Amino acid sequence: MIAWTIYLTFGGAVLSLLLPRAFARWIALLTAIAGLALGMVVFVGTPIPELAQFTTIVRVPWVPALGMNYHLAFDGVSLTMVLVTGISAVSTVLFSWDTEHRQNEFFFWLLLVVAGCYGVFLSADLFLLFVFYELVIVPKYFLIAIFGSTNKEYGAMKLTLYSFFGGMLVFVGILVASVAGGSLDLNQLSQFEFSSHLQSWAFPVLFLGFAVLAGIWPLHTWAPTGHAAAPTAGSMLLAGIVMKLGSYAGLRVAMNLFPQGFQMWSKWIAVLAVIGIVYAAAVALRQRDLKFVIGYSSVSHMGFVLLGFATANALGVSGAVLQMFSHGVIAALLFAVAGRMIYRRTRTRELDALSRMNLSHAMPFAAFTFVVAAAASMGIPGFSGFAAEITILIGAWKTYPIAVWIAGVGIVLVAAFTLRALKLSFFGEKNVQTEVTTITTSSREVSNPITIPEKIGACMLMLTTFAVGVYPKLLLDRITPAIETMRFLK
Amino acid sequence: MSYFELLKFASPEGVVVLTALGVLSVSLVSKRATAACAFVAVLGLVIAIVAVTFLPRNETLFGGMLVISPLTSLFKIICLALTFFTILLAQAEKTSRHHGEYLALVLLATVGLMLLVGSEELLMIFIGLELLGLSLYILAAFDKTDARSAEAGLKYFLFGSTSSAFTLFGISLIYGMTGTTSLAQIGARLATTPVQSLLAAGIVMTLVGFAFKIAAAPFHLWAPDAYQGAPVPSAAFIASGSKVASFVVLGKIVLVGFAPVHGSAGWHAMVAGWSPVLATLAALSIVIGNLVALAQVNVRRLLAYSAVAHAGYTLIGIVAGDREGFSAALFYTTVYAITLIGAFGVVGVVRRETGGDNFSNFRGLSSRSPLLAGCMAIFMLSLAGIPPLAGFFGKFYLFSAALHAGANQALLWLVALGLVGSFVSLYYYLLVLKAIFVDVSSVASAEPRERMRAVSLQESTVTLLGAAVVLLGVMPNILASRILAAIP
Repeated sequence: MIAWTIYLTFGGAVLSLLLPRAFARWIALLTAIAGLALGMVVFVGTPIPELAQFTTIVRVPWVPALGMNYHLAFDGVSLTMVLVTGISAVSTVLFSWDTEHRQNEFFFWLLLVVAGCYGVFLSADLFLLFVFYELVIVPKYFLIAIFGSTNKEYGAMKLTLYSFFGGMLVFVGILVASVAGGSLDLNQLSQFEFSSHLQSWAFPVLFLGFAVLAGIWPLHTWAPTGHAAAPTAGSMLLAGIVMKLGSYAGLRVAMNLFPQGFQMWSKWIAVLAVIGIVYAAAVALRQRDLKFVIGYSSVSHMGFVLLGFATANALGVSGAVLQMFSHGVIAALLFAVAGRMIYRRTRTRELDALSRMNLSHAMPFAAFTFVVAAAASMGIPGFSGFAAEITILIGAWKTYPIAVWIAGVGIVLVAAFTLRALKLSFFGEKNVQTEVTTITTSSREVSNPITIPEKIGACMLMLTTFAVGVYPKLLLDRITPAIETMRFLK
Repeated sequence: MSYFELLKFASPEGVVVLTALGVLSVSLVSKRATAACAFVAVLGLVIAIVAVTFLPRNETLFGGMLVISPLTSLFKIICLALTFFTILLAQAEKTSRHHGEYLALVLLATVGLMLLVGSEELLMIFIGLELLGLSLYILAAFDKTDARSAEAGLKYFLFGSTSSAFTLFGISLIYGMTGTTSLAQIGARLATTPVQSLLAAGIVMTLVGFAFKIAAAPFHLWAPDAYQGAPVPSAAFIASGSKVASFVVLGKIVLVGFAPVHGSAGWHAMVAGWSPVLATLAALSIVIGNLVALAQVNVRRLLAYSAVAHAGYTLIGIVAGDREGFSAALFYTTVYAITLIGAFGVVGVVRRETGGDNFSNFRGLSSRSPLLAGCMAIFMLSLAGIPPLAGFFGKFYLFSAALHAGANQALLWLVALGLVGSFVSLYYYLLVLKAIFVDVSSVASAEPRERMRAVSLQESTVTLLGAAVVLLGVMPNILASRILAAIP
C-alpha cells in the first residue's frame, strides 16, 4: 500500500500540470495529504517487529538483461522518512497556497520532488534508487530558477551542479558495486562480501557522492545559497527532505554495502561532521540574511546526522535517523517563518532592517512560531531536536569522546546564532531614530494577517516536533530494530 | 543464384530506390505537388519496412556483400523510421522550391544507410558510404538562398571526401595483406597473420573514415558548420540516420573483421590494436566536445559539439568489444538519433517563428508554446542523462557494459571520463532550458504576437518523438532486449 505514495504523487504532479489553473493547488494539497495519510496508516498498521527487516512490497522484472527490477521495500527507517516526507509535503503546499506566478508549473515541479523522495526512500533496487535520486535534481533547478528570489539563477545552477556532481560519484559507486556483486538488488548485495580493496575506495566515492546532498563539509556551500535563493516551498523541501535523501542513501547503500570500507573511513566522516557542525554554526553567527542563517543551521544540524552515522553503533545511527526526521520538521518550520511569514509581508530578510520593525507586535503568531522553532532547533528538551541530538551524542560518547566535546561547542554556537536571529528579527528594540515613513510603510504591509493555511501548516509542524520530543520512542522503537539488522555495526 | 532471388533479398533497398524515382517523377509532373511527393515517399518507406519484415531470417550473399540477419533487419527498420521522421520535418519546413528533389535525395541517402547496415564486405560498405555521403553533401547545401548552407555543404564535402580517400586507402592496404574484402574472411586471415606496421596503418586509415562520419574528435571539424548551416531536416538526418548506420558498420568492421587485433585499452595495460585507437578517439571526443560546447550561444552549434561528445560515449561501448558493449552502443546511438531529430524539429519551429536559433531566440518559448518547450526539455534532459528518460538508461547500459568488459574494471578510466563529461554537459543543456523556461521572451516585446502557431504536423512529430524518448526511458526493455537478441 505504501507504494501508492509514489504513484499518487506522480499522478498528482501530472494532473496539476494539465488541469486548469484553479485546480492546481487543490490537487497538490489532496495529493500531499493522501501521501501523508498512506504513510500514517502504514505506520500505525504495521506491527513493530515486521519493521526490522527490509520487507519487499513490489518486485517486478524491469530490464531482465541487466538484472534490473522494479523493487520496492520498506523498514522502520524508510517508514520514518516517508512520514517526514508526507508532513513536509503537506506543510509545503499549505505555505505556497497563494502562489500566483505560473501556478500549474509550480505545483508540478513541487510534487515531482516529493514523488522522487518517496521513491528513493522505498527503493530496494540500486538502479531504481538512483533513478529516483537523480529525478529530484532537475525539478529543484526549475523550482528555484523560476520561482526563487535573491540571486536565483546562480543559486539554482550551483545547487544543481553540486547535486549532479554527487550523482556522478554515486554513479561510479553503483556501477562498481553492481559489476562486482553481480546484482542490483540491495538485499542481495548487502549479503555479498566485496573484496576489501574494492571497499576501501568504493565506499568513500559512494558515500561522498551521497553526502554532497546531505551537506557534508566542505561540499556544503550549495546549501545556504540554494536555500536562500529558493522560494519558501523550495527551501522547505530542500532542507526538509532533499538533504535527507543524501544521508538516507548513504546509510542504506554506502554503509550497508561496504561495511569494511565504512569502518576504514568512519573516523574521517566523524572529523568532517564535527567540522561541519562547528564551522556552519560559527558562520551562521555572522550572517545578515535570515535565510542564510537558517541555511547554515541546516548544514550544522546535518553534521549531527553524519556524526551519528560515524559512531557505527545502533544508538548513534538510530539517533541520526531520528535527527533526519526532526530536522526535516524543524527546518521546514524555520523556513516557513522566514520565507513566508516574514519575507512575504516585509519584503526583506535583512536582520538589521527587521530589527527596526518590531515584528513581535505586528505578527504575534509568527513570533510564537519562530520561538517554538528556535527552541526546537537549539535542542531545548521537549522538542524533537533534543531527543535526536542527545541520542547521537550518547552514541558518539562510546566511540569518539572528543567529537562529543567539540560538537558540544557546536550546540552552544547553534543556541547563540538562533537567539541572535530571534532577537534581531522579532524582538528588536524600537529604534527611535527610524524615519516615520519606514514605520508606516512597513506596518501597513505587515498588517496582512497570517492566513489560515499558514496557521494550519505551522501548527502541524509544531505539534509534530513537540510530539516526537515528548515521546521519541514512537519513532525510535521502529528505527532501532531496523538499524540493528544492518551489518555495518561494530 | 538467380536474379529473381537477388531482387527478393534486396527488395527493401529496391523499394526505396523506386520510391526515390517515383518522387522525382511526381515532382516533374507538377511543381507544386509537395504533398503528393511526401505521400509517395512515406508510402514507399512503409512498403520498405514491410518488405524488411518479409525477408528470410539469415542469409549471406556473395561473400557478405548482402547480409540478412536479425541485426541488419532491425537496423534497416530503424533507419527507415528515422528517414520517415526526417521527411515529416522536411514536409513542415518546405523551405526549398525543389521539394521533390530534396525528398528523392533523402531517400537515396536512405538506400546508402541500408547498404551500410546490410553489408559485411568492405567494397560494398565503401559504396554505401559514398552513396550516403554524396547525397548528404547536396542535402547540406540545399538551401540556395542561404550562404551558410553553401558553407555547410562545402565543408562537409571537403572533409568527407578527404576522409573517404583515407578509408579507401586503408581498405586497399587491408586487401593487400589479406587478399579478401569480406569481413569474416579478413577476420580469419588476420588471426593467423602476425601484426605488422602495414596492417596498423591499414586499420587506422579505415577507422578515420568512420570517425569522420560519427564526428569523433579530431575529425569533427565539419560538424559545427554543417549542423548550424544546413537546412534543419538535413542537419537532423546527418545527426541521426547517418550516425546510427555508421556505428552499426563500424562495430561490425572492428568486431568481425578486426576481431583478432582487438588489443586492449585498459589503463595500465594498453596493447596495440584497434581498441586503444578508438579509446583515444572516445576520450578526445568527450573532452573536446563537452568543453567547446560550454562556450556556444547557438543551439545548433551546441548540439553539434554535444554530438561530438555523444559519439565519444558511444565509442566506449564499442571499445568494450563484446556483445553487451556493442548492444549498449547501438541502443545509445538509436536513442540519441531519436532525440536529435526531435530537438531539430523544435529548432526548426523556433527558427521559422523568430528567424534564428540562438539562445535569445529560444527565450520565453515556454509561454509561447508550452508543448514544444516541454518536448525540448525532454530532449535536452535525455541528452544530459537525467532519469527517467532514455538517455539515462543508455548511459547506464553503456558504462556498465564497459565495466563488465575486461578484468578488474580495466575501462574504469574511460567510464570516469564519460561521467565527468556528462556532468559538464548538464550545465550547457540547462542553459538551453534556462532560456526556454526562465528567461523572459525578447521576441514578444519586438512585436506582440499571440501564442506561437506551430505547424500542427511538426508539433505532433516532435511530441511523438518526445513520447518515444520517455517510453524508451521507462521501458528500455522493448528496444534493448531486441538489440541484444539480434547480435550474434
